[in-house]
Amino acid sequence: MVVVKSVTCPICGSLCDDIELTIENNEVVKVKNGCALCESKFLGYKGEHRIKTPLIRKDGKLMPVSLDEAIHKAAEILANANYPILYGWSSTSCEAQRIGVELAEEIGGVIDNTAVVCHGPSILSVQEVGIPTCTLGQIRHRADLIIYWGCDPWSAHPRHLERYTAFTEGRFEKSDWKGYIQKVKAAAGKKKIESAVRRGVVKRPKAQPMLQHELVNAPPPTLMKEGRKLIVVDARKSMTAEMADYFIQVEPNKDYEVMQAIRALIRDQELDVDKVGGVPVEYLEEVADAMVNCNFGVIFFGMGLTQTAGKFRNIEVAISLIRDLNKRTKFVIMPMRGHFNVTGANVVFTWQSGYPYGVDFSLGYPRYNPGETTCMDILLRGESDATLVIAADPGATFPRRAVEHMAKTPLIVIDPHMNATAMLGDVVIPSAFVGIESEGTAYRMDHVPLPLKKVVDPPKGLLSDEEILRRILEEVRAIKAKKMREAEAA
Amino acid sequence: MVQQKLRVTLLTGRTIEQGVGKEQGKSSQEYFEACSTVYMDEEDMKKLGIKSNTNVLVTTPHGSVVLKAVKHPRGSMPGIIYIPYGPWANAIVNDSTTSIGMPSFKGTPAEVEPAPDKPILSMEELLKNLYGK
Repeated sequence: MVVVKSVTCPICGSLCDDIELTIENNEVVKVKNGCALCESKFLGYKGEHRIKTPLIRKDGKLMPVSLDEAIHKAAEILANANYPILYGWSSTSCEAQRIGVELAEEIGGVIDNTAVVCHGPSILSVQEVGIPTCTLGQIRHRADLIIYWGCDPWSAHPRHLERYTAFTEGRFEKSDWKGYIQKVKAAAGKKKIESAVRRGVVKRPKAQPMLQHELVNAPPPTLMKEGRKLIVVDARKSMTAEMADYFIQVEPNKDYEVMQAIRALIRDQELDVDKVGGVPVEYLEEVADAMVNCNFGVIFFGMGLTQTAGKFRNIEVAISLIRDLNKRTKFVIMPMRGHFNVTGANVVFTWQSGYPYGVDFSLGYPRYNPGETTCMDILLRGESDATLVIAADPGATFPRRAVEHMAKTPLIVIDPHMNATAMLGDVVIPSAFVGIESEGTAYRMDHVPLPLKKVVDPPKGLLSDEEILRRILEEVRAIKAKKMREAEAA
Repeated sequence: MVQQKLRVTLLTGRTIEQGVGKEQGKSSQEYFEACSTVYMDEEDMKKLGIKSNTNVLVTTPHGSVVLKAVKHPRGSMPGIIYIPYGPWANAIVNDSTTSIGMPSFKGTPAEVEPAPDKPILSMEELLKNLYGK
């Protein structure tokens, strides 16, 4: 039995690097410090949903083949395609991503990562207006106003609050955990009394008059307290909203208006409406006050901004709001990156080609024009003639029409699990889990690179993403060289 | 009065159950149960005369899918339904990228109607149905 400490968790963009794994007989048997997602991955990776051998579709069915055959078939598809898409890249190492870009250049294809359906709009806005941001460490030690806008870290980045924001013990700002526990206890006590009253065990206590702010969901007085404050803005009450000091429920597709209203209020302008996006202006005034009066504020934002009406304009106005706030106090903003290495994919693509996602090599040099060279648009226009998917599952995460075209053309899938895309695949190559069975590098959501560890050996015969891609690339080069020789001979 | 159909706004997104399911493996039962669910406001469910765990048909201009309706556990969200990310949600979301690469996964207008007798398709059945593979 071996205990491996300081393991980086390969799931979400928080990249918690304090996981302790107990290894017995080349298997993870115990996980310490992890969240529900972390435990599910580290204890479930070896489960029955793994792809055991390479597969090729024959007569409509996926049949087991040798690795060499699968790699040759994949290389053949890519070498013969006119306009192939290489998509995914966000749940693998930077080392594999680098070979991906090389492969895209070699075959003159389009390489795109999951940012296109996640924080692509954020990148577009950052390219327009820049981004005032910092590392998570600074937020941990200094932030006293934390705002989650259109994201639910409790579900998507479960330890984000505990490691980096409201519930962490920073050097200058203390954890608000005790306050939260008190709130939970009070709520539980209230429920117990209610249930006792229902069962007739006790008489109904004299009705406590509800506090004014509880009655109408107005900002509570705690918004002005010293120390850490947590505000959540969302269209529905998420789990994170439950923990917040104040939850603002915005009507769907109205984030842009609310954000612009706050910008106006911060500049001491008066609004001649009562409500914006379903939120009374007087409440927004108090939120604007809390923002201006904090020492160090941060807005984390997620898909609630990037996937709703306005898309990249929402982020642009959010960043502009931060710019305005920085005239009055210190404020930063950060996108909540989803996949553990989607930030790395943007970084690697940019350092290799100059562009963060949606890079088109079809003319022999890299081009980037979101809306034209992004894989979603190419699939919806039906232009691509082959797809390689690695470390992502567009079969489950892309809209129907895009998947329809992807399924119609040859589809190569490299993934450890049998997911929706693998079920639709024509060539399926199983890989080792990066961060469990192979090592590499990944970038945290604040662009801090961290090492991923290899803690157990992969099942026999399974290669890492990096090795599989390298072999496909070699094979593609061999096929192209052979074609060239044949053309010369003819 | 019980309505036949209800007009709503569809949001799709992450839930912790969907996250745990996807890490287990997308062919797992956990993933199926987490993603073939639609969260609805309690009052909206009353309008349709249904209770939690009733199958409903959700239709948008982009398609329709049968899901299990469950009461949204926190707060109220009248006129909003929430489906966790997955092939079921993506069968009906608005695919328009407004020329920036990103489909409109949140904020699609939709209609919900009770469909207690219609079955929820498994992932294999759904993929076969939609893409023929």
